Amino acid sequence: MNLHEYQAKQLLAQYGVEVPGGQPCTTADEARSIAEKLFTEGHEMVVMKIQIHSGGRGKGVFKDGFKGGVHLCKTADDVHQKAMAMLGNTIVTKQTGEAGRQVNTLLVASAEKIVSEFYLAVLLDRDTSQPLIMVSSEGGVDIEEVAETNPEAIVKLQVDPLLGLQPYQARNLAKALGLTGKLIHSGAKLILGVYKTWWECDASMVEINPLCVVENPDGSQKIAAVDAKISVDGNALYRHKDIAEMRDLNEEAELEVEASKFDLNYIKLDGNVACLVNGAGLAMATMDAIKHYGGDPANFLDVGGGATKEQVSAAFQIILKDPNVKAILVNIFGGIMNCNTIAEGVVAAAEETHLSLPLVVRLEGNNVEAGRKTLAESGIALITADSMADAAKKVVSEAAA
Amino acid sequence: MAILVKPDTKVLVQGITGSFGGRHTQLSLEYGSQIVAGVTPGKAGQRFEDQVPIFDSVQEAVKESGATASAIFVPPPFAADAILEAVDAGLELVVAITEGIPVRDMIEVKAALKGSATRLVGPNCPGIVTPGTGENSHGGCRIGISPGYIHKAGDIGVVSRSGTLTYEAVWQLTCNGLGQSTCVGIGGDPVPGSTHLDIIKLFNDDPDTRGIIMIGEIGGSAEEEAAAWIKENCKKPVAGFIAGTTAPPGRRMGHAGAIISGGKGTAEAKIEAMEDAGISVAETPSQMAEALIKIL
Repeated sequence: MNLHEYQAKQLLAQYGVEVPGGQPCTTADEARSIAEKLFTEGHEMVVMKIQIHSGGRGKGVFKDGFKGGVHLCKTADDVHQKAMAMLGNTIVTKQTGEAGRQVNTLLVASAEKIVSEFYLAVLLDRDTSQPLIMVSSEGGVDIEEVAETNPEAIVKLQVDPLLGLQPYQARNLAKALGLTGKLIHSGAKLILGVYKTWWECDASMVEINPLCVVENPDGSQKIAAVDAKISVDGNALYRHKDIAEMRDLNEEAELEVEASKFDLNYIKLDGNVACLVNGAGLAMATMDAIKHYGGDPANFLDVGGGATKEQVSAAFQIILKDPNVKAILVNIFGGIMNCNTIAEGVVAAAEETHLSLPLVVRLEGNNVEAGRKTLAESGIALITADSMADAAKKVVSEAAA
Repeated sequence: MAILVKPDTKVLVQGITGSFGGRHTQLSLEYGSQIVAGVTPGKAGQRFEDQVPIFDSVQEAVKESGATASAIFVPPPFAADAILEAVDAGLELVVAITEGIPVRDMIEVKAALKGSATRLVGPNCPGIVTPGTGENSHGGCRIGISPGYIHKAGDIGVVSRSGTLTYEAVWQLTCNGLGQSTCVGIGGDPVPGSTHLDIIKLFNDDPDTRGIIMIGEIGGSAEEEAAAWIKENCKKPVAGFIAGTTAPPGRRMGHAGAIISGGKGTAEAKIEAMEDAGISVAETPSQMAEALIKIL
């Protein structure tokens, strides 16, 4: 589960990580009053940032032509005006796709005087099954690009999960960033706080980009997380009620939210061949087979290992809500699951939805004969297939017809 | 014959009184597997289906039954504890079926396992089957949730992250008259107890395994690691398949581990590494057995 920047910063602040002062808001009036407060505190400038789950916010363009999802403002009036322009408006960034994303929340924060920018991330190193901390002296830019063009700029540290990150290790990382003097200590404190956030919040990733040395009004310097991204392990949400409440359904595709209510794993894609499969690996492989025979999958849909008639029915309803779908492939390897249960679910769903699209069914496994008989006797117009390859070929040709 | 488990391996089940664990224990008993004990804290003295004695702890179950392997069906919040209990009791093999264990718990478990003699398979996996020689492979050792009847005793080893895709491969083999020595589902989580490579090394050393099918999917680099080892060391023909060629980056395809992130873990890179290692890669999931037969 992904968090918004303001939510990530709230969590980080709880673990002692320095973040620029600010508040989220959903109306222009609120934006104005947050800005006024920051100006009263002595900040000369505030930054307004749209809160959507997408990168490239600054360079995004709103559908009405208003440019940019990140703005620097010197007056409360300007903040009010820009908030009016952005809230409720839909922005398109390099990551949102053409449909764009509606902006419902803004973060209004103090704009820091940035002296230098770095990169910091904590994630799982899958090769060693250990936490991995990555820092780079090149911040504020795409880290994947740095990894390609200047890999020496990235320093990695494996952490023993049973010991946790040690202060000396954090100091070494701070030094690796080029920090000196007192900043080594504040840098190490921040890195320790970020690691603790990652570990205790069950995060999959915490990314601070940029991590900045900023200048205080009195000329002294401190280190702060100017932008932050956190994603959390969905399987661990049961022990983080506060984080679970941060889920923003507006950021998730409507059909995917609907599917999750029925314990179905659905991901919408851009093609026109829908598929309904049991098991994640088989579902991916089915999509691949569709592509192999020249088609384009409309979705990933795993009904799970013990799908019920109700789930199959719900799965059909969800598939049919995608207007691009031209044909449907049901591919079931009923290991333990009874093929006849699936067949009955397919028949019931086809009848309930008055299915008019071509339907190709491939059933294999437990009680398959009864399942095939149920399908044959149902009177539903469907095409049966003997293998995954056969099924994929048939459904692709139906979708193209 | 076989790796990890033999038809006479004594197995205990942690979480035997849960509905999922109970149902699959029943199926394993029907398959003829040696399920000798169950563990559910607080239910000692009871019997599962009037047959399998239940104990409060793994240690007691091992002492009384002589079990050497455990199947874990306990719910995710308690699964890491169950694995550690099984390791502490000195079991040779622990197979964690449970889906949805937090990654942090598995990071700790994996660190705790260092230096231990116990092998962990899973979590979030279909389990292990060493087929028997009876009708529909009856009499084999079935730990987990795989359908027993699709198997056939023989000399092909199968290792895979995914459940139903494993069944697909096994069924293709069986339909082509090729039996299996052992089929191992290592699971779809980002922190697996055993990797493809761990299992392939066992198959390579097993005199009764003649050929291997390795099924992978997007995410991580375990398939590349296995391919590199196979290229230098494997004495046996290996066929493979990678699921997820069409998966978009940044989206988790069901399994927690099946995600292309930071340009890593793509199907293309895995297929290239496998072909470079001389592995016969199936073009479609319908051709997994065929890909192996070609090189046997």
